[in-house]
Amino acid sequence: MVIALGFEGSANKLGIGVIKNGKVLSNCRRTYITPPGEGFLPKETAQHHRENVLIVLKEALEESQVKPEDIDVICYTKGPGMGAPLATVAVVARTVARLWNKPILGVNHCIGHIEMGRLITGANNPTVLYVSGGNTQVIAYARKKYRIFGETIDIAVGNCLDRFARVIKISNDPSPGYNIEQLAKKGSKLVQLPYCVKGMDVSFSGILSFMEEKTEQLLKEGYTPEDLCFSLQETIFAMLIETTERALAHCNSNEVLIVGGVGCNLRLQEMMGIMCNERNARLFATDERFCIDNGIMIAHAGAEMFAAGVRTKWQDSFITQRYRTDEVETVWRTD
Amino acid sequence: MKNFELIKQGAEAKLYQGTYLGKPAIAKQRFAKKYRHPSLDSSLTKERITAENRALIRCKIAGIRTPAVYAVNLAENTIYMEHVLHSKTAKDLIEDYSRSNDHSRLQEFFYHIGKTVGKLHENNIIHGDLTSSNILVVSKHNPQTLENCNPSDLIIVPIDFGLSRIQSSAEDKGVDLYVLERALISTHSLAEESFEHFLSGYQAQYTNGSKEVLHKYDEIKLRGRKRVLIGI
Repeated sequence: MVIALGFEGSANKLGIGVIKNGKVLSNCRRTYITPPGEGFLPKETAQHHRENVLIVLKEALEESQVKPEDIDVICYTKGPGMGAPLATVAVVARTVARLWNKPILGVNHCIGHIEMGRLITGANNPTVLYVSGGNTQVIAYARKKYRIFGETIDIAVGNCLDRFARVIKISNDPSPGYNIEQLAKKGSKLVQLPYCVKGMDVSFSGILSFMEEKTEQLLKEGYTPEDLCFSLQETIFAMLIETTERALAHCNSNEVLIVGGVGCNLRLQEMMGIMCNERNARLFATDERFCIDNGIMIAHAGAEMFAAGVRTKWQDSFITQRYRTDEVETVWRTD
Repeated sequence: MKNFELIKQGAEAKLYQGTYLGKPAIAKQRFAKKYRHPSLDSSLTKERITAENRALIRCKIAGIRTPAVYAVNLAENTIYMEHVLHSKTAKDLIEDYSRSNDHSRLQEFFYHIGKTVGKLHENNIIHGDLTSSNILVVSKHNPQTLENCNPSDLIIVPIDFGLSRIQSSAEDKGVDLYVLERALISTHSLAEESFEHFLSGYQAQYTNGSKEVLHKYDEIKLRGRKRVLIGI
């Protein structure tokens, strides 16, 4: 029986959660929201996390009704992510681990998403599409590792959406992607955009440049912001589904799991659902509580690792901005 | 498509088997992807049929064994091509070698794949989606059997050129190699240690351009490592 406390703060979300044997006891979060037209920068994001981390920690403990002495392991996001926010949260995790005399465990952020997705949906051995502001990967499990079949060769899909939101100055509250999704529902005219799939890899930077350059002109030509949001979503999601399908075919897999912040986009889920139906595959997706960065996923992945005997030495409890999904040996998976 | 029988449904196309003017043929019909916006879908489909044809024909001219194109029906989004009989995918063959722990044959096979890809690139054909499922092998001597074939007795037949381009840039060729390397490593347990043999085959074939491509390829691999995070 493992009770784990998880800290996440690799980007603009600060999340802390408590899990006990796969049961979510608390999952608390704060998001650093910037004004329209602006993105979040490391320094200010770290400051946001510093200001909120103790409040959220208290909230998570109270909600879970777990006392510090009952906790078995303190888990934190080791990477990948933005340096300053990661470090801010890791310092707090280390402090409470010392304070309460508990072991500490550094968790790969992407692995957290995958394991949480599997726990919530019950997917057994899915091909994973991991889409967020910082990551875009098509992942399949083989031989004790989550292997990256395809990924973006430049910017992440969420980054492309966020930056387009800045171009047309739509609100970052609750998130730029959510607001694009709402506008896209009212769009109907499709603008032809670059479509860039290379094998199982995708590229978004060309689409973003195109949007940055052409938006003003397209608006003058009579396209509405809604049409542009619609066109952007239709194009980039089609690229993601295509590469996921290719990985699915290549691995003979019949399960798809979508994780990461962009994964709660219902249009993306709908498109993936259509593809899965055509292939008799099953789609697994979660909602914003677990798709968007959260502390509970770090706690859960950490608990799995802890139960399998993984330990992080005190001197290794650092953070790293670059930490690939396929660097982690999945000792907790027995298949 | 009279008397054609469905044999396989891939991600983008259905494959039917039949005869075309008395020859064993495959009809590859690209179907609409319902998740895609119809106008995006039809332009992509047309683009890919054209690309596939162009590449298959260019391969023939270059002397690379590929299925011969018999006919194209753009209205039906179908290409009629030669049915490559008694073939096996490179994926299955690699797994056979891996199962029997036959490292030397595996390495030799990788060398030959390297030569074929080198030849594609020598002719400025970028495949765009190189994986071990998109490469077939047939026997040179005894067309009926592939059992216990040595890699040197095999002919390597690249297929599925839907994402291909005709392009002379080292960048695109480098990406092609990188896509293949990753597909191989994520599919086959012994691929990582054998990939250098692929590269030496590639260099042996593509003498006048591989140096530049491999330089680019090293650059692209490095790019790959970095792309873990965010560009704010």
